[in-house]
Amino acid sequence: MQAFVDRLITDGWFSGIPVELVYVLVMFLFGAIVVFAFVMPLVPLTVWLERRVWSRIQSRVGPNRVGPQGVLQGIADGIKNLLKEDIIPDAADRPLFAFAPYLVVWGFVATFVVIPFSSALIIADLNVGILYLTAVTALVVVGVLMAGWASNNKWSLIGGIRSAAQIVSYEIPAGLAILPPVLLAGTLSMQGIIHAQGWAPWDWFLFYNPFTFVSAVVFYVAALAEGNRTPFDLPEAESELVAGFATEYSGMRFALFFLAEWGNLYVIGAVVATLFLGGWQVPVWTDNVVLLNLSQFVVFFLKAYFWAFVAMWIRATLPRVRVDQLMSLCWKYLVPIGFTNLIGTAVWMVIWPQGNRVVQFGMCLLALAILVQFFRRVRFHLRRAKPELYYSPAI
Amino acid sequence: MSLAGFEVEVQRDGDEGLTTEEMTLNMGPQHPSTHGVLRFIVKADGEVMRTAIPDIGYLHRSIEKIAEKVGYHGFMPYTDRVDYVSAMQCNQGWAMVCEKIAGIEVPRRGEFCRVIASELGRIASHLLSVGTMVMDIGGYTPFLHALREREKVNNLLEELCGARLTFNYMRIGGVAWDLPAGFAEKVTAFLDQFEPLIDEYNDLISYNKIYVERLANVGVVSVQDAIDYNLVGPNLRGSGFKYDVRRDEPYSVYGELEFDVPVGTGEMGTLGDCFDRYMVRIKEMRESCKIVRQCLRMMPPGPVLAKVPRKLKPPVGDAYIRVEGSRGDMGWYVVSDGSEFPYRTKIRTGSFAAMSIIDKVSRGLMIADLVALIASFDVVAPEVDR
Repeated sequence: MQAFVDRLITDGWFSGIPVELVYVLVMFLFGAIVVFAFVMPLVPLTVWLERRVWSRIQSRVGPNRVGPQGVLQGIADGIKNLLKEDIIPDAADRPLFAFAPYLVVWGFVATFVVIPFSSALIIADLNVGILYLTAVTALVVVGVLMAGWASNNKWSLIGGIRSAAQIVSYEIPAGLAILPPVLLAGTLSMQGIIHAQGWAPWDWFLFYNPFTFVSAVVFYVAALAEGNRTPFDLPEAESELVAGFATEYSGMRFALFFLAEWGNLYVIGAVVATLFLGGWQVPVWTDNVVLLNLSQFVVFFLKAYFWAFVAMWIRATLPRVRVDQLMSLCWKYLVPIGFTNLIGTAVWMVIWPQGNRVVQFGMCLLALAILVQFFRRVRFHLRRAKPELYYSPAI
Repeated sequence: MSLAGFEVEVQRDGDEGLTTEEMTLNMGPQHPSTHGVLRFIVKADGEVMRTAIPDIGYLHRSIEKIAEKVGYHGFMPYTDRVDYVSAMQCNQGWAMVCEKIAGIEVPRRGEFCRVIASELGRIASHLLSVGTMVMDIGGYTPFLHALREREKVNNLLEELCGARLTFNYMRIGGVAWDLPAGFAEKVTAFLDQFEPLIDEYNDLISYNKIYVERLANVGVVSVQDAIDYNLVGPNLRGSGFKYDVRRDEPYSVYGELEFDVPVGTGEMGTLGDCFDRYMVRIKEMRESCKIVRQCLRMMPPGPVLAKVPRKLKPPVGDAYIRVEGSRGDMGWYVVSDGSEFPYRTKIRTGSFAAMSIIDKVSRGLMIADLVALIASFDVVAPEVDR
């Protein structure tokens, strides 16, 4: 992005305006474009997909009225929330109550600055990219705590405190799990990490050594916990605390919390795709830069969205973990495993500085075998599905 | 500070003036996971509860008093509402106590119809119970799978008597209608596809590690406590005590049927924890399938309803019978003064006793465990309050 803006300046587009101001204005513009052109349509899509996937797993149909196959359901929900009455409890702390959803949304939207959509499409390729991402998602904690406290409701308070404890705790395994790919790439920048991988699965960091594979799993679990997704959705446990910290919210304020949650699914997927799955890398199949970047964008989107898809499966299947079990999972299991991965990767790098092709290919084959077995089981179950029990399995 | 007579203890920590208070929470009558309108006043030290005092009466409808106004025959639809999740057994209880006090004998085919209806109702009730228990723990999918099966049972019962929830199927002296044509085949088809689904359900959720961790060793009720607090049904059997009214004081045709009485075995934790009570219900569904199959085979032809006078005037006296409802031993007591309206009706339900033990068992549990505990006792508010 910066190179593009520099070219525009030297071409004389912004004569007379100081350079710093140009950067700031253009960056804001790009950020706004990304948010409104990409994030805003993405969230209703995620809402629809989640509800649809969820329903299919539960042998129901899911939203299918609004628009073809119900794809406009998310937009309908958004409009409904905008039209609702904005209720603020009498004894609630008005400034904090009003401000809390915005903090949560900031914590989510600010991550899009460093998401590498393709080799040329990234708003700012910070050289501390992944660290910035981890830091900015911690804003969500402040927002959630504010929401829980300002609601003047004991149940919201419990939900807010649980959530804060959960997110803060799971930052540690997430951070530890980010470190092996950073070690391997030698840089914190997102584009740098992607450039250190290749387009082929055996060049991804996921299959580089067993420690990075476990790291990917640890990161995914920790990121799900940070995003308050089941099995870690105790703060918004519907059957216990109605909606946890968001109980007293209604209308668009409520929708903002859940906008952040569903959008965060995509961000989790994007980070996993960047760190472990080679990001937007595709084999160079054309000289046309625009086409190449477009294919990179599509590949990245698919890789990132797949992990959001998996998170939906997990949410539909697994029950909730209790709060003390959640904490013990984090501190007694994920953190030691994270440290082991870090040390293991470092030792591996000393022994095999260029990587061990045998292990890489071997792990790829193993993953392929597991995938094949998975698809065979899926086919077995689809064949066995009786029409009166299950609807036709297309989405 | 006091709340309806409950004092809050304020502890002072040394002389720094640091005070800690227990937090008094109201798990109010409107709550997504109390099964019906139940209220708990929970005093919690952070997440750990010190007491959880139930406050009942939100669903009291004076059903027992209404019996004195509508008469013996007219009370039958009201019995559905005593426990609307498994209404057939309540119908049977009222019909049996009236038959006992009036000395009416039910034709054999009527008895078999009653048992089939009761057991199908038990399957439906247990499906709902385990489904909502899993949903309270957070697994949304098994709840819907259980309800899918419950819908099939409801379809069968709708074909039988026209209603899906409040059946009003049984009458004093038998049942209202005979089984419709083709009913036996439909029930057999349902049972054939339902029994493997119980295994599928177990694969999905019952032995899931997260689920087991939530339930094992939580809310342990010892056998002595269960007897002292008058627990019945799966709550009592979950603690290992093998008592089932159908086996120990057989009524209707249960004496001729072969079925097991599952008890909790402490397989995943301690004997008498929430998981045992859950497993007892799952196993009972299988036993009910067995019973229905036997009844369909053994049913003789004949009438289903005895001749009972329209104005039933039983002799002066009283009668008490027990039926094994889905939530345990339901006791029905009626006092007659010779007129066509009962002098006094009393219904003794298992959920009322279960509410009384919740305070004792919940000391030291977390708030999340309270939800699991209430669900495992299968408390339904209409039974508690009537």
